[in-house]
Amino acid sequence: MRQFSSLEQRLLNEFQHGMPLTPNPYADIARQLGVYETTVLETLQRLQTEGVISRVGAVFRPNRIGASTLAAIAIPVEELEEVAAIVSEFTEVNHNYEREHRFNLWFVVVADDEDQLEAVLAEIEAGCGYPVLDLPLLNEYFIDLGFDLKWT
Amino acid sequence: MIKDSPFEKALIEIISEGLPLVHQPYAAIAAQLDCSETAVIDGIKRIMARGDLKRFGVVVRHRKLGYRANGMVVWDIPDNRIVEVGHCIGQYAFVTLCYQRPRRLPEWHYNLFSMIHGQDRSAVIEQVEFIAEQCGLHDIEHEILFSQRCFKQRGASYSRKLRSHHPGIAING
Repeated sequence: MRQFSSLEQRLLNEFQHGMPLTPNPYADIARQLGVYETTVLETLQRLQTEGVISRVGAVFRPNRIGASTLAAIAIPVEELEEVAAIVSEFTEVNHNYEREHRFNLWFVVVADDEDQLEAVLAEIEAGCGYPVLDLPLLNEYFIDLGFDLKWT
Repeated sequence: MIKDSPFEKALIEIISEGLPLVHQPYAAIAAQLDCSETAVIDGIKRIMARGDLKRFGVVVRHRKLGYRANGMVVWDIPDNRIVEVGHCIGQYAFVTLCYQRPRRLPEWHYNLFSMIHGQDRSAVIEQVEFIAEQCGLHDIEHEILFSQRCFKQRGASYSRKLRSHHPGIAING
């Protein structure tokens, strides 16, 4: 990991929420940080190019956009890559991860509604030949204020 | 569930994908949607007022910031303690998600999921021990499912058509 400047650290840590809803939000951020707007824009662009930030944008609650669920499959290790590729092919699938467990493939499915979600899960089961564990969100116990980065 | 207007759906799609990095980003969105800058800003305020927008700002990638270990901690919490324990775990800044999900017996008996990012595995394990201590979970069965390979990562979005042009595999966590 490279070293981040103090401006980068502040942009990464203090602006994960509360994007100004004003005509020139980056100028407002620049004012708070005591720098030029172009510096803020260039720095964010660089962080995005480097992949340190995915974007400046909105993060919605699960199920806010259509219907979604967390799904898992237990796959023999030697077949994992092949099945993961089948699962990733679905446009409704995101966050498809390998995890250390008997259930070793975990992914989020987002569909327009419950019916479509069910249909996609059935298609995935049929496509990969293993049963899919369907674990939809029931309750959320969490206030998301972003992630507090520790600079060491 | 709240019904979004077609305009609001389009707006949600665009601000989920990302706000343009330009002098007047809302005006740029307005040009795309063929409406006024004020309509865009008011639309976002309306969506926010419904309380389903968790965050609007810089979206960081933990792995690129040195948080290489990601543990999904799953707990088997007695039903009568789920609310209390959920709030207890969810209060810590290093916990980035805390959700109740259904058990699927006999294959799956865990009902509470919390996500912890740490600079390495030992940091995550230490934080799980801290949580167990603070929330009185010593006798509660739990497991840490560390992430390994990421086969695909992308934010949620509205329409199948709009989603289809995204790359299938993301390397970064």
